Amino acid sequence: MNQSQGFFKDIQISCLVVGWLLSNTASIILSFRVWGGQSMTDSAPSWFFYSAEMIHSLFLINHLGDIFLEKHWKSVISRSVCDYFFEAREKAVDPENVPPVLQTPHHYLISIYRGKLFFLSVIQTEVPPLFVIEFLHRVADTFQDYFGECSESVITDNLVIVYELLEEMLDNGFPLATESNVLKEMIRPPNILRSVVNTLTGGSNVGETLPQGQLSNIPWRRAGVKYANNEAYFDVTEEIDAIVDKSGTTVSAEIQGVIEACVKLSGMPDLTMSFMNPRLLDDVSFHPCVRFRRWESERVLSFIPPDGNFTLMTYHISSQNLVAIPVYVKQSINFFEAGSCGRLDITIGPKQTMGKTVEDLKVTIHMPKAVLNANLTATQGNYTYDCTTKMLVWDIGKLNPQKLPNLRGSLSMQTGVPNPEENPSLNIDLKIQQLAISGLKVSRLDMYGEKYKPFKGVKYVTKAGKFQVRT
Amino acid sequence: MSASSAFNDEKGGSSSVGEPEYGHDPASGGIFSSDYKRHDDLKEMLDSNKDSLKLEAMKRIVAMIARGKNASDLFPAVVKNVACKNIEVKKLVYVYLVRYAEEQQDLALLSISTFQRGLKDPNQLIRASALRVLSSIRVTIIVPIMMLAIKEAASDMSPYVRKTAAHAIPKLYSLDPEQKDQLIEVIEKLLADKTTLVAGSVVMAFEEVCPERIDLIHKNYRKLCNLLIDVEEWGQVVIINMLTRYARTQFLNPNINESLLEEGGSGDKTFYGSDEDEDEDEEEKEKKAEVAAMAKRKPYVMDPDHRLLLRNTKPLLQSRNAAVVMAVAQLYFHLAPKAEVGVIAKALVRLLRSHSEVQYVVLQNVATMSIKRRGMFEPYLKSFYIRSTDPTQIKVLKLEVLTNLANETNISTILREFQTYIKSMDKDFVAATIQAIGRCATNISEVRDTCLNGLVQLLSNRDELVVAESVVVIKKLLQMQPEKHSDIIKHMAKLTDNIQVPMARASILWLIGEYCEHVPKIAPDVLRKMAKSFTNEEDIVKLQIINLAAKLYLTNSKQTKLLTQYVLNLAKYDQNYDIRDRARFIRQLIVPTEKSGALSKYAKKLFLALKPAPVLESPFKDRDHFQLGSLSHLLNAKAGGYQELPDWPEAAPDPSVRNVEVKESVPEWTKCSSREKRKEKKVEKPFYTDSEGESGPTESADSESDSATGSESSSGSEESGSGSESEESKEASESEEEEEEEEEEEKKKKKKDLKKPVQESESEQSSEEEERKHQRKSKPRKSESESESDEDEESESESSQSESEDSESEAEVKKKKKLAESKPPPKPVKKESKKEKKEMSLLDLDDFEPAPSPQVTPVNTFLSNSLVTDLEGLSLSDSVLSPATIAPSSTLKSYELLHRITGEGLSVEYCFSRQPFSPDANMVAVQMQFTNNASSDTKNLHIEDVKLQSGMRVKEFPEIELLPAGETATAVMGIDFCDSTQAANFQLCTHTRKFFVSIQPPVGELMRPVFLTENEFKKEQGQLMGMNEITEKLTLDVKCRNEHTIVQRVTTAANLSRVPCGSDKECRFAGRTVTSGSLVLVTVATKEEGAAQLTVNCEKMVIGTMLVKDILQALTQ
Repeated sequence: MNQSQGFFKDIQISCLVVGWLLSNTASIILSFRVWGGQSMTDSAPSWFFYSAEMIHSLFLINHLGDIFLEKHWKSVISRSVCDYFFEAREKAVDPENVPPVLQTPHHYLISIYRGKLFFLSVIQTEVPPLFVIEFLHRVADTFQDYFGECSESVITDNLVIVYELLEEMLDNGFPLATESNVLKEMIRPPNILRSVVNTLTGGSNVGETLPQGQLSNIPWRRAGVKYANNEAYFDVTEEIDAIVDKSGTTVSAEIQGVIEACVKLSGMPDLTMSFMNPRLLDDVSFHPCVRFRRWESERVLSFIPPDGNFTLMTYHISSQNLVAIPVYVKQSINFFEAGSCGRLDITIGPKQTMGKTVEDLKVTIHMPKAVLNANLTATQGNYTYDCTTKMLVWDIGKLNPQKLPNLRGSLSMQTGVPNPEENPSLNIDLKIQQLAISGLKVSRLDMYGEKYKPFKGVKYVTKAGKFQVRT
Repeated sequence: MSASSAFNDEKGGSSSVGEPEYGHDPASGGIFSSDYKRHDDLKEMLDSNKDSLKLEAMKRIVAMIARGKNASDLFPAVVKNVACKNIEVKKLVYVYLVRYAEEQQDLALLSISTFQRGLKDPNQLIRASALRVLSSIRVTIIVPIMMLAIKEAASDMSPYVRKTAAHAIPKLYSLDPEQKDQLIEVIEKLLADKTTLVAGSVVMAFEEVCPERIDLIHKNYRKLCNLLIDVEEWGQVVIINMLTRYARTQFLNPNINESLLEEGGSGDKTFYGSDEDEDEDEEEKEKKAEVAAMAKRKPYVMDPDHRLLLRNTKPLLQSRNAAVVMAVAQLYFHLAPKAEVGVIAKALVRLLRSHSEVQYVVLQNVATMSIKRRGMFEPYLKSFYIRSTDPTQIKVLKLEVLTNLANETNISTILREFQTYIKSMDKDFVAATIQAIGRCATNISEVRDTCLNGLVQLLSNRDELVVAESVVVIKKLLQMQPEKHSDIIKHMAKLTDNIQVPMARASILWLIGEYCEHVPKIAPDVLRKMAKSFTNEEDIVKLQIINLAAKLYLTNSKQTKLLTQYVLNLAKYDQNYDIRDRARFIRQLIVPTEKSGALSKYAKKLFLALKPAPVLESPFKDRDHFQLGSLSHLLNAKAGGYQELPDWPEAAPDPSVRNVEVKESVPEWTKCSSREKRKEKKVEKPFYTDSEGESGPTESADSESDSATGSESSSGSEESGSGSESEESKEASESEEEEEEEEEEEKKKKKKDLKKPVQESESEQSSEEEERKHQRKSKPRKSESESESDEDEESESESSQSESEDSESEAEVKKKKKLAESKPPPKPVKKESKKEKKEMSLLDLDDFEPAPSPQVTPVNTFLSNSLVTDLEGLSLSDSVLSPATIAPSSTLKSYELLHRITGEGLSVEYCFSRQPFSPDANMVAVQMQFTNNASSDTKNLHIEDVKLQSGMRVKEFPEIELLPAGETATAVMGIDFCDSTQAANFQLCTHTRKFFVSIQPPVGELMRPVFLTENEFKKEQGQLMGMNEITEKLTLDVKCRNEHTIVQRVTTAANLSRVPCGSDKECRFAGRTVTSGSLVLVTVATKEEGAAQLTVNCEKMVIGTMLVKDILQALTQ
């Protein structure tokens, strides 16, 4: 007992010393800022330098403005630094409008907004902002991957795992292991069965074996994968981003395509995917596993896939190309000065659907503030109008080319308020199964390096991305 | 629940040590549940023997840390567990230690010995993690220990540990900058590391410790460029940014000549050029002119290293990581010739689909780029159109880009877009749109009136903000041609009654004052109204009222004298001192009194001077003096630690600093080779003249061109027939049907059989003396020559392909003939082959010392005969055999680069000499032999227009100035294939003609032998397991079951050296790939009855797989 008391005395003394040191460093930083303009090449006094890490600290903040997690990769930075962020958050009307990069007297704050959470990182020195943003999104992706979602409750429930993950992902502020396969070897994702077993046996969530992935040249795949059923599924999803004019002419249209893969193959398969019409793809980005040179010379995707779900490639077909627009919209929205009411009449019909059915059709309209209520009739589907958010949603469902869905009726307006000058634009959602609107087709998938015959499948879906009809 | 507490006690965490607030801390929630003595409780748990209790305690502690609560008083209890066996406990203790060690230095020292032990662990991962934690503990006393650990780890065997060492460097540096010099030494060492794992981390360390030591990069520049694509993405960003800076100091501005052109052509400005020129201020122009003048003297030639960087970074535009794409984009923007910068636009536009934060940053950079290089983004104009769902900050940035992109041709579409934007509900965005319209109007005079009319219409808009913004913009536009627009000014004067936005009111007043002569009746009336409301106005408005009064007083003192004095009196007692000062100043200036100084005479000139029209310019103008993509660029202010992007040097620094090989070796090499050449010529000459007839047929055997050369021999033409035939069938049978393949093989075999007699006869022709000489001379050479036979088929088919079209029918006939004739004489062949084999194997065991002369001499052709026959003997015994498998027993294959006919008399062959290429060790030496079969001399043989896959490089052979008719010359060129089997394409030029040729290496030529001991081999092999190991079972060919043959065949297939091995059941070989130096280890383990197992270990999996295939074929034939 006596001994331990002695211990504490020592601690207190050292605490004092540390406190003194800290106050000193603060002044050092201050004085340094004054000198900041000078070139870095001449050697500054030795006690006088920038702390070198890229990301100094990370704060997770929920939509109410509570900091519910903080992690520092070096010295601790007081939470008060977030005040600058809160200030900017207040100023911006909605969270999307908070500037991602903020400057404070001593730090720079770079933040992202994901799943109603802010990931706020504190930076002290020059660093490419995209580097930090991309990394923060990678962190959020990892949480999503581990816990199924990226929300406050899930993060606080798994605080220790989250902390361990952050520890592995960043070393001294520089990204270390960001591949989910490598991380999963070191820190196992939670699952109910294991947590039950762990509480009974005192087992752990930390991988018993040390990860090999980091050591190999293909960090995205772990060794010794085994499956009873070997399967490889690929989802080709294309989203149409379009702006359509009042008159129905296309102002701009682009296709954003992505090939998501779910590969569960044993061993070390080497896959080759080839397309019927690879020429379509002139703007692509790949998962690091894809051999780029091979793509350049032969236009085939050759890769050793990561285990599990991953995004194999994304591609972009720009507005310079002709993009098929699957539906047309006939609309008229009028507001009348007299009687403070408005009329709305919308009809949707198929345009270029390549003979497929359009499903999950939905129209969303953000009405002007003056619109109080909507009294409409839909020939198909249901509509809802939310008076507080002013959102009119018309859920149509399947598009029947014989009987075109129509929504018409009157809008009641606030009296005494001048009519809105502009008409709201229509946002369209839709889905077409079994079709890639760009015409892309996978012609074959071959596997090398393993003996078994895998089950292979490709699925195509076309969706509306940011599909907007101006009125 | 904790909403209030977390928000309020932000600072509480660090100060409150013993406050019982944890009770309601949700982090501890269920666990703590109002446990006031929780620390004692935790201590007990930590002291217990049960791992599960310790773990529980540590989890709670880490949760506290995560919440920002202070857990420092648990330090002694926690640090005891640093040596705990349980991995999870250990990890959490590490987390704790790193967090609190700095505060509890003395106690932290207790843990150091654990880590020191860890540093010696045989497991590389444990070594690495020990170093990681050790270097994260910020305790000054252990600096020497850290230094030692880092130094040791920097030369660790495992690249992962070395990577960790690189990570530790900045940590130590920030702890104790005194260590800088020592750390630089470590960095220098690690920079030389050849593994991709280390590259990114060490460059990061370099950037943070000694970014000014650019000289450390020289030697590693090319390596970094070549490794780049395989480095992990974060490392790529750091390396690319560093290389941008490096390139700016080492290379010349690639746009020197273009800026020269621009200067010269500034008289007749072109579309986009005009704005750019205007943008450059005078000073810059002068500077440019200077540089341009220099350029005039010396035409710009891009340094190949500069090109290398551009080429190797380009594929990374396809990265999924936005930061990497942005890094490449900025590199291209700052370094590439103007014509090439365009490639980045597409990739940047693609990023616009990403998260909104990414969009935000990308658009900022696009905005800057679009000012300098408008043409680049013009095709993507529509991608910047704005959706109503975009966040405002994105909208405004897109608007900025659209404005920058506007020009005469697209302005109408852009204005139509703007028209729709003005109706938006988002008023900030509408204001920005109006400003954008104003900018378009000032920049493009054609649309000025249209814009102005549009803006005037907006003056009747219901929204005051819109009107105000329009007024401000109109004011600026009117300044350009006021006299035309007096009615607009009148219209605006009326607005003063309604508009309340101060900036707009001020703008109107200024306008009226400035152009009061155009509106003589209205102006005094406006002043009258303003004088009434003066006291209630905002400051800027008051200042403008004073201004207006003064101007009216000067022009129309009759009507406004009293009003002016009234206003000035009001201003005299204003609260704002600025306004009081202004009033006093103006009164002195305009109202003539006896005391008034000389200035009042000039009052009119002062106030009513012609004011230049304002230039509405982008806030992103000239932002590109900051490196794009950087934080400083985004903020438009220098961030701490920002490394200035240097200006291009006026004269390029010595490029040879980047040569990796010792420089002296180059002249030595050239000397030597030239001497050899001379020697060679002496030998060759008589040989050539003697056996011209012989060299003819060998080549003519390749094609149908016999008639042209005159050395018609039936066998030759037959062969060519078969060659083209096989080619045809190959094409026909691409549908990979085995039967057909077999057929094809059969044909090939026949073809070979046919070849034999011809070659035999050739060898007879040649003098025996020569033969002996050459046999003695060098063994590798022999193998070179053998391989020729194999190559013949290939080159044959190639050349025939080009020519066969018109001679197909001929070929058909010949084929029939061939079928009738083909009967090989097998017996003598076998004999010879045996003899040959024996010698070969003996040689092969100790070859690879550089042979004295790398040249291929024509003599080889006859030597090869025997080997060819040897091969054929072998191939006959096999029933199924693919053409490619016929690898000669030991070989330097020689390939045809240019056929005599296509080359108009010039024929070129090449082979991979397997000699180190001394000017650049990363290149594969390719030895070329030029023969001039034409009757006239060929001059100025050289290489031009090299087209390569990214990353590849070529070191051209020195130009051959003269190749007299009938002569032969050899030269060696180096090609860096980047460890891939991609072909290098280039043009071979003579003084008259250019020929497109290409060189494609077999995978076995992409490596060079290294010497390893048995132990080293095993150790290296142990590190290249898993993915990097490829094993195949095979059955050895009957003739290939002894050790010698195996060794011989493997070394033929690949440029490897044998590794001594204790067991006679195993043959081991080792080599390194030429470019990246990755180890290639081959093991052939033989078992009973010809069964064998082939194992290839190689980091580069592609190489490994291809090599397995090749060796397999070599062994199973």
